[in-house]
Amino acid sequence: MDLFEYQAKDIFANYGVPIQQGKVATTPDEARAITAEFIAAGKPGVVIKAQVKTGGRGKAGGVKLAATAEEAAEKAAKILGMDIKGHTVHSVLIAEDIDIAQEYYLSFLLDRGERTFLAMCSVEGGMEIEEVARTNPQALAKIPVSPLAGVDAAKAAEIIAAGGLPEEARAGAAALAERMWAVFTDEDATLVEVNPLVLTGSGEVIALDAKVTLDDNAAFRQSLDQYADPTAADPLEARAKAKHLNYVKLDGEVGIIGNGAGLVMSTLDVVAYAGESFGGVRPANFLDIGGGASAEVMANGLDIVLSDPSVRSVLVNVFGGITACDAVANGIVSAIGLLAEQGSPVRHPIVVRLDGNNAAEGRAILDNAAIPVVEQVATMDDAARRAAELAAAAVTGA
Amino acid sequence: MAIFLTGDSRIIVQGITGSEGRKHGARMIEAGTKVVGGTNPRKAGQTVDLAGQQVPVFATVAEAMAQTGADVSVVFVPETGTKAAVIEAIDARMPLVIVITEGVPVHDTAVFWAHAEAAGNTTRIVGPNCPGVASPGKSNAGIIPADITTEGRIGLVSKSGTLTYQMMYELRDIGFSTAVGIGGDPIIGTTHIDCLRAFQEDPQTEAIVMIGEIGGDAEERAAAFIEKNVTKPVVAYVAGFTAPEGKTMGHAGAIISGSAGTAQAKKEALEKVGVRVGRTPSETAALVREVLQAS
Repeated sequence: MDLFEYQAKDIFANYGVPIQQGKVATTPDEARAITAEFIAAGKPGVVIKAQVKTGGRGKAGGVKLAATAEEAAEKAAKILGMDIKGHTVHSVLIAEDIDIAQEYYLSFLLDRGERTFLAMCSVEGGMEIEEVARTNPQALAKIPVSPLAGVDAAKAAEIIAAGGLPEEARAGAAALAERMWAVFTDEDATLVEVNPLVLTGSGEVIALDAKVTLDDNAAFRQSLDQYADPTAADPLEARAKAKHLNYVKLDGEVGIIGNGAGLVMSTLDVVAYAGESFGGVRPANFLDIGGGASAEVMANGLDIVLSDPSVRSVLVNVFGGITACDAVANGIVSAIGLLAEQGSPVRHPIVVRLDGNNAAEGRAILDNAAIPVVEQVATMDDAARRAAELAAAAVTGA
Repeated sequence: MAIFLTGDSRIIVQGITGSEGRKHGARMIEAGTKVVGGTNPRKAGQTVDLAGQQVPVFATVAEAMAQTGADVSVVFVPETGTKAAVIEAIDARMPLVIVITEGVPVHDTAVFWAHAEAAGNTTRIVGPNCPGVASPGKSNAGIIPADITTEGRIGLVSKSGTLTYQMMYELRDIGFSTAVGIGGDPIIGTTHIDCLRAFQEDPQTEAIVMIGEIGGDAEERAAAFIEKNVTKPVVAYVAGFTAPEGKTMGHAGAIISGSAGTAQAKKEALEKVGVRVGRTPSETAALVREVLQAS
């Protein structure tokens, strides 16, 4: 789960990581009031920063300076509602303007390849770190961090020295790095990044920006719900999540339901290939119903997939491993019955491919049920083709 | 032969008294696997009835090993206790630990992996969040259905459980030496490379199928390894060509970050070293048949 800058900075503050002070505003009036407070406290001005979970907001015009409360309100009005790389700006961070002497880069992250943690540090801050890695790789220090040993004062000093930070910033940056490591481990983060880390005119080292990604798997010991963002989630994704379904909205016409993340990803690909022959129809979603696949899970899944107005056909692709296909077939039959009872009968064609454990029994159940919208196809490739064909026919017919 | 798991493997189940441990412990026994015990500190001294066999429960992995001569542990302990369970098995010097549990925090996996390295790599870890290891006709450690196929000459390594089953089904007439589900988490114990190395050395394996998916650079690393070290034919499949950037597709590790981890990049890296890559699972199976006929 990616956090907003202000959420990341709240965590930083709790851990004693020095940050640029700021407050969140969702309206120009709030921006005006917050700025007035800062100016009354003797700050020279503020920076208004769009709160979006994507990079490049500065270039997109989502970061502006303001010297007065009125100017802050005007600029906040322009930034709020702006679209930055597909992300709508719903809030801005009004932060104190900082006298920046120098800008650096510091992060802790996973090193998947080496199966460990990694610290990255550079004297080249304030620009995209991928750019530094490409154009000036020797300026980006990558220091492995053992999950067992962690980051103590000596390790923090080693990381900062490797990044080539100047003498006057080293003590402050090392102290900050040690606290950032505490955020990384204690919050179950997979990324904690500060870009830029700044040396101020008065010689302090503080985090001007903050990016934190938390591990969803740690939900049992972290309170991740507090970071849930109802404005960003697609409404269907939010509904699916509430029903504990693993659903990702995509922008095609063929609804997809399958079991197992790998098989569902593969099904999306096979449908997209098949769609090339049928006017370019594409998968409408990713939905993994996992093992088990009870009638209720199938009903919830079908309900979500069919609630997507772009969907013209549905492909149910199940390989029965532990899951028995007869249970899946019963699930489909009851799901269609349930949806009809709820007043939303299924009108789009549903192509079903069942294979593996008890496939013959499952196919017989669907044959006997003789539901007009359900069509069985024997193989995954043919089923994908048929679902694409039916979606394309519905699109052209509509 | 086979890799990692043979007919002589003696298996314990950590979490044997839980519902998953019991269900799959019984399935493993029905498949002919030697399940010799299990652990649960609160139920030590009892037995569990698995498929009609009375399986003893021990307090610790060390005790279970001493009493039964176990050399493999399959972990079904829930995610809240997975790290402690795996560390216990490492400390007992269990040679092979297969972690089925899904939803393990990546910090926990990083810690138990580092612990295994610090212990001198005397324990091979497979997983977490994986379907396990199956050597058809010999032994089945985990949740891979045992009745899809029989013993044969294909070796399979896969990030995905259901794609493993699908591929075993497509090639069920030829059969498999061993299928290893390595899991789709960002940090995993045994990698594609570990399996490729083992299959290269395994006399029973004549062709290798490698199934990857978006995220990370494991497939690119595997390609570099194949170029230098693998002479047996390798056929690959990569899932996730249509996955959008920045969205996690089911598996915690299956995410494209910026331009990194795309299926296209993985396919190109593999094809560059002579690995044939199928566009679909069925096309991949057809390629396996071709390379087996040619060899």
